[in-house]
Amino acid sequence: MKFALFTGCVAKGATRELMLSTTKAARGLGFDFVEMKSASCCGAGVVSEKSPLLADALNARSFSIAEKQGLDIVTICSTCQGTLKKTEAHLNEDAEYKKQVNDILREGGHQYNGKTRIKHFANILATDEGMARLKERVKRPLTGLKVAAFYGCYVLRPSDRSDFANPDNPTGMEDIFAALGATPVYYPSRIKCCGFPIVMMNKTASLDMSGNALLDAIDHGADVVATGCPLCHLSLDSYQPEIKILQETNNSIPVLHLPQLVALALGYSPDELGMDRHIVSTLKINEILHC
Amino acid sequence: MATFKIKRFNPEKQPQPYYEEFQLDIPPAATLLDCMNQIKWTLDGSLTYRMSCRSAICGSCAVKSNGHALLACQRQAEHLLDDNDTITLEPLGNMQPIKDLVVDFTPFWDKINQVKPYLQPDDEVPPQKERRQSPQEFSLIDDASTCIMCGACYSDCNTLEVDDNFLGPAALAKAQRFVGDSRDAQTHARVQALSEPGGVWDCTHCGECVERCPKPTRPFDRIKEIMTVALEHGVHDNNGARHALSFFNSVKRSGNLNENRIPVESMGFFNIRGLLSLLPAGLRMFLKRKAPPVIHHSIDEVDDVKRIFKELGQ
Repeated sequence: MKFALFTGCVAKGATRELMLSTTKAARGLGFDFVEMKSASCCGAGVVSEKSPLLADALNARSFSIAEKQGLDIVTICSTCQGTLKKTEAHLNEDAEYKKQVNDILREGGHQYNGKTRIKHFANILATDEGMARLKERVKRPLTGLKVAAFYGCYVLRPSDRSDFANPDNPTGMEDIFAALGATPVYYPSRIKCCGFPIVMMNKTASLDMSGNALLDAIDHGADVVATGCPLCHLSLDSYQPEIKILQETNNSIPVLHLPQLVALALGYSPDELGMDRHIVSTLKINEILHC
Repeated sequence: MATFKIKRFNPEKQPQPYYEEFQLDIPPAATLLDCMNQIKWTLDGSLTYRMSCRSAICGSCAVKSNGHALLACQRQAEHLLDDNDTITLEPLGNMQPIKDLVVDFTPFWDKINQVKPYLQPDDEVPPQKERRQSPQEFSLIDDASTCIMCGACYSDCNTLEVDDNFLGPAALAKAQRFVGDSRDAQTHARVQALSEPGGVWDCTHCGECVERCPKPTRPFDRIKEIMTVALEHGVHDNNGARHALSFFNSVKRSGNLNENRIPVESMGFFNIRGLLSLLPAGLRMFLKRKAPPVIHHSIDEVDDVKRIFKELGQ
């Protein structure tokens, strides 16, 4: 299965271990991910604060790049996924608007025809084909590892653009964990916001959000949190030592990118997946998995 | 037979809330509110909740069902049953319960009032005729006008869960109804006030308000519209606006995000306290090689991205 990989900016920047582990996970599962090197940033819902039309034109240009290759797009960031799906909805719901956007793209040799589908990595895995590949290729079952999903808002809401069957009570990530041999941990905060979008504007509120979610995962017995969004990862991992509620309760919990968890089960070593780059130590995972 | 697990609270009798279960056969096509009425009328007359129109117009009967806010009169009960044939009912979140499913809306209304939810035209003497709008002008405030003040968005707002100071989605949607009104003369003052702490830039983009809103109001979309107007009006002296502009300029320059510049530009070069607040996370990340590359690279074919910016006058 071949996909156009929309890397997003953060996987090439602050969380390069996400890119590293995505490449490994794809290889291990027999997926061919072709990096979209000329795609621009999705805008993360921020470029559209300045100009909604510009944000949609840039994303339509990215869709066109994948269409030319005849490929569907795979994303590895919940924020990219939700933002691209938003543009897709804008274009497909309004033919006149689509024409306006295509007129802007024409000079650059691009056109959006609505042929490419946009799927988050988790949603590729959570298909019959993806699950079959997971079960077939797992070399190191994650037995005994209790994993709490943190979905990231943008892949769930608005629900009519989500690929998860029941976005208020999704099971896609947990199904993947189970296929990897891990024990999924269900907890209410798994579908909440990590607070990252306001960390520059209201840091206290932002850290309280991520702290509440992490404490909820810990209280439900999780050994590790796994997320499909590098922005959630930054919030949950990089800022974790500053989170007051965790300091007060003397708690901490490692946070993995979904592709790291998958690649671990496919037999790659923690070092190969950049797990030493995380702020919160992941050694507890190595101990549980004896790796 | 369905189970309705209802969170009960009566401070006159018992200080702590508790859950009580009721068994009920859901009549065909009954709404959740129909079932609540059945429970009240036939099983326990003391069950307390707000209701009025039963037609999703008045906004009185919003409650939490299975953890999420909704209008009880708008949803069929059968569709809400969980795997154990149970519906869990709780009062709306982010407000204090008064009794059972009734909460105190005082902070909600205070915040609606805070955004000055009335027209502020520039004429000193009221005109002889009504102030008219074209259909195009009305379309800019049409969605916000549909809000029925039910509080469902306020209940599930992720920012409000941790920060009472946030105006919240309903008040901000109401604010957009006047920011976008062609007859209002206070747009600049409004977006300036709405850019203060607790305003639009404290919205965390979680989308819960859009998901819970029973009308086409879509509060988050209205919040984004206020942000756009604030930026157009040059209200840039705050971290939210600086962040948006830094992000925008980064994509304009290189097609992608320069994560080294954005935090610094968002705080502002002369905001010493803000810049110092970035240090702990920055240092931690640098020491773990979690920092973005020092030399920022553009995407391939960045000239086409620049052309699009130029073509749109950005």
